[in-house]
Amino acid sequence: MNALAFIPLLLALVLSPLLFGVINRTKALFAGRRGQPLLQTYFDLWKLLQKGAVYSRTTTWIFRAGPMVGLAAALTAAMLVPLGNFPALIAFPADFLLFAGLLGLMRFFTVVAALDTGSSFEGMGASREVFFSALTEPALLVILATLAQQTGQLSLSTMLEPVSVAHWQHAGPVVALVVVALMIVLLAENARIPVDDPNTHLELTMIHEVMVLDHGGPDLAFVLYSAGLKLWLFAALVVGIVLPATANAWLNLLLATGGMFVVAVLVGVIESIMARLRLVVLPQLLVGAGALAAVAFLLGLI
Amino acid sequence: MLTTNFILVLVVLTNLKLLGSSRLGASIRVVAAQGVVLGFLPILAHWHELSLHFALLAAGTIAIKGIVFPWFLFRAVREAEVIREIEPYVGYVASLVLGVLALGVSFWMCMRLPMPENIASPWLAPVALFSIFAGLFLIVSRKRAVNQVLGFLVLENGIYTFGVGVAARTPLLVEVGVLLDVFVAVFVMGITIFHINREFDHIDVDRLSALKD
Repeated sequence: MNALAFIPLLLALVLSPLLFGVINRTKALFAGRRGQPLLQTYFDLWKLLQKGAVYSRTTTWIFRAGPMVGLAAALTAAMLVPLGNFPALIAFPADFLLFAGLLGLMRFFTVVAALDTGSSFEGMGASREVFFSALTEPALLVILATLAQQTGQLSLSTMLEPVSVAHWQHAGPVVALVVVALMIVLLAENARIPVDDPNTHLELTMIHEVMVLDHGGPDLAFVLYSAGLKLWLFAALVVGIVLPATANAWLNLLLATGGMFVVAVLVGVIESIMARLRLVVLPQLLVGAGALAAVAFLLGLI
Repeated sequence: MLTTNFILVLVVLTNLKLLGSSRLGASIRVVAAQGVVLGFLPILAHWHELSLHFALLAAGTIAIKGIVFPWFLFRAVREAEVIREIEPYVGYVASLVLGVLALGVSFWMCMRLPMPENIASPWLAPVALFSIFAGLFLIVSRKRAVNQVLGFLVLENGIYTFGVGVAARTPLLVEVGVLLDVFVAVFVMGITIFHINREFDHIDVDRLSALKD
């Protein structure tokens, strides 16, 4: 194993909370506010880790296991995703299925931990989360299948190697469709506007936030950190698809890392200029993302 | 080649948008956009042998499909005072899924068809077939008469796509004739919608089947 393979994982571990800071700063800029410090998520994580956890007597071990399993799944998934020219720590054929499976495991434990509290709000959030993820997961799998088919590779590390400009010209429409579908999946999976509003204060309208209401202290820190990692991983997929290659591997890494924050700024811009969609319209958006991915897959066949 | 492919992708996307949209105004605009985009297809598909023939065809298509038809249909919608489709036979999400399936079927069929050598793009035949499927589906699954006219237009766009891309040397007269036919059809349908609406106070074709004399 190459020591350089640790670089994508280390960058993900260190920089992923910064994405939230960039998104919040972008939104603040649009709203004419100064906004919170860029490092606010790190401060929050530090503060939460200092605290003790409070557990309700109605909860069982599942509730305590939820955040830990979620974090473990997110960390394992982070080992599968490359950045720039540097391959991921673990790479084997068809590891993109493991990637999707780990994200599913993470969501499953968040959902059962939410149901374990017995709160009706959390049950509602869990029900929505499962419903919407049932629509985004096929889209994600079709997107990854399209990438595999276009590149002829079965591992994320080789699939997401920087593509050349010539490849863009050859398969431009397919790549464009995949990126748009992936952006919608990114917004939905990471509970951003237009699917979910991370800043809402009304439990009735929440999806992700309402499921973690009862977590506190280190548990909440785990949930927050795994959410950051998840956003980082999806952004890494987007960057891996669109980033053109240069000759220098270190320059590619720098560009890819910069690209992650460009994706964060993009998410911030989308959140600033769009309102949240009504819950009844959401399935249409998510099925639309799946349809785009399927169109890309079909177009790639010929 | 690349621009032709982008046009074909746009045609697929506009068809999917039509299948998933309930607003009549938005649907009319989408069909108009599809018409304009398709208008550029003859020029781009035959870039190397460009002649007055293709330029005229493009200009005529854009003028009729992009300006005249939308104007007619908007007028019909305004006269009939309808804004959105009501409860179609097949829901919008189901329509989208069926649309993607139809696209899959078109690709599957076209991979088995023998294609001429000089075809403008490998996606052309499947996309044309998909337009035909989408148009037929719109006609049978929607209740508003305006949506059925749009379905007819999409169907015709599919045939047009195939014709422009595959047959390089269709006589101008035939193409102009087809365009004129469609023009008359939409003209008649626009008037019919207006008259149905005036007689029955709605353009819900589902309820027309219960007519008694």
